[in-house]
Amino acid sequence: MKITLGAVVKGGTSLDYKTGSWRDQRPVIHEDLCKACGQCEMVCPDNAVYVVDEVYIIDYDYCKGCGLCAYECPTDAIEMVPEEK
Amino acid sequence: MSHIQVVEGSEAVALAVKACRPQVISAYPISPQTHIVEWIAKMIADGELDTEYVRVESEFSAASVISGASATASRSYTASSSQGLLLMTEVLYASAGLRLPFVITGVNRAISAPISIQVDHQDTISLRDSGVIQFYVESSQEVYDTHIAAFKVAEDPKILLPVMVCMDGWILTHSYERVSFMEQEEVGSFLPPFQPVNFLDVNDPKTWGSYAEDDVLMEFKYAIHEAMQYAKGRIKEIFSELAMITGRDHGGLIEAYRTEGAEVILMAMGSMAGTVKEAVDELRSQGKKVGLVKIRCYRPFPFEDIWDVIKDTKIVGVMDANFSMGSEGAVATDLKAKLCGRPDAPLVLDFITGLGGREVNKGTIREIVQKAEEVLNSGLPLHEPHWVDLNPAILP
Repeated sequence: MKITLGAVVKGGTSLDYKTGSWRDQRPVIHEDLCKACGQCEMVCPDNAVYVVDEVYIIDYDYCKGCGLCAYECPTDAIEMVPEEK
Repeated sequence: MSHIQVVEGSEAVALAVKACRPQVISAYPISPQTHIVEWIAKMIADGELDTEYVRVESEFSAASVISGASATASRSYTASSSQGLLLMTEVLYASAGLRLPFVITGVNRAISAPISIQVDHQDTISLRDSGVIQFYVESSQEVYDTHIAAFKVAEDPKILLPVMVCMDGWILTHSYERVSFMEQEEVGSFLPPFQPVNFLDVNDPKTWGSYAEDDVLMEFKYAIHEAMQYAKGRIKEIFSELAMITGRDHGGLIEAYRTEGAEVILMAMGSMAGTVKEAVDELRSQGKKVGLVKIRCYRPFPFEDIWDVIKDTKIVGVMDANFSMGSEGAVATDLKAKLCGRPDAPLVLDFITGLGGREVNKGTIREIVQKAEEVLNSGLPLHEPHWVDLNPAILP
């Protein structure tokens, strides 16, 4: 591999790097408690919460497990579960 | 063809910048700024210059704006001074790493505290390790010509680094001198439009300054050093090319003044060099073998060119208008490091001069030469820097 002047590389490298691997705990949404208020989507610093047909899902490829969504959830519908291998 | 006018040094810079047709100029117009950005603002207001003029909220932003603009393939420029340059520091290191070729005028003024607006070189010397090429100039004419060369140096495809033209505050920025200006067509043919291979483009997205781990970071830094080394030759070519057009040759990386057969050679940067030349003429007429090496390009450090001139001399007195606290002046440090290990090397004395605008006149230079001769005659080297005109009586 040759380096480039200014470390210029093709765009969109985040598609190749799944930063979700940094996570040591994962948010799990309990759908029975979720009121679809959207707080989690708003506070996620990685844009890793999506809405599909009014159901909130987490993109584990990019969720770093910070826990902001679980902290802000007004109905405590998000649980942080330790990642284990 | 050219026209001649008496202008303020700051206006000479503004007119050089205007002739280079930058597309983006940022400005933070508060102390320690100079008239440079005011003259440019007036040119834009008068419809003489069509450019994106961005008034920012700090010098950090001033540097950031031209860094971003340069990445979009826009020729970009700003001017700052003293504390303002220090606030730009982080961005300047990053811009050199991103290989963004903008031009900055670094107006030399002392660094606080205590607060001062007078000239010395501490501000720009503090940026010497950043990867920014640094020129130092002696007169308003040289400042005009050097700015026009600076864009061409920066934008050279094998260099691609920011260039800072350092000029002494007050002495150059605020005084009026006779300056000969180039015609617009001459500048246009000397400096073609800026067309980099890589630039930010929404249709072809690229990441700039992507993350570098321990397996490649050293190579990125070495590549900047290599560009600096290459620049030494290229800068001389560009200066010569400009000299052919203007008929004014200020020298290459250095200017050697009456150094033939000199036993004592002084070394200086900036407007101080003009005073040294006057003093050298007087001393030569008294039969003293004294000369001057004026450093025009400080980074890259032009040791090879300096060596060619000083190798047969006995002693070199470096006039450092800066000081590295706890050590010595920067230029003397550079020179000593390069001379170390050469058995035939001349002695180097470090003279700390002109901090905070303290006057350096012909008398000061005669004292420096006398001190150098004393060291030469006594055979006792002076290991510590000599603070010229220091008044120990008022120390706390």
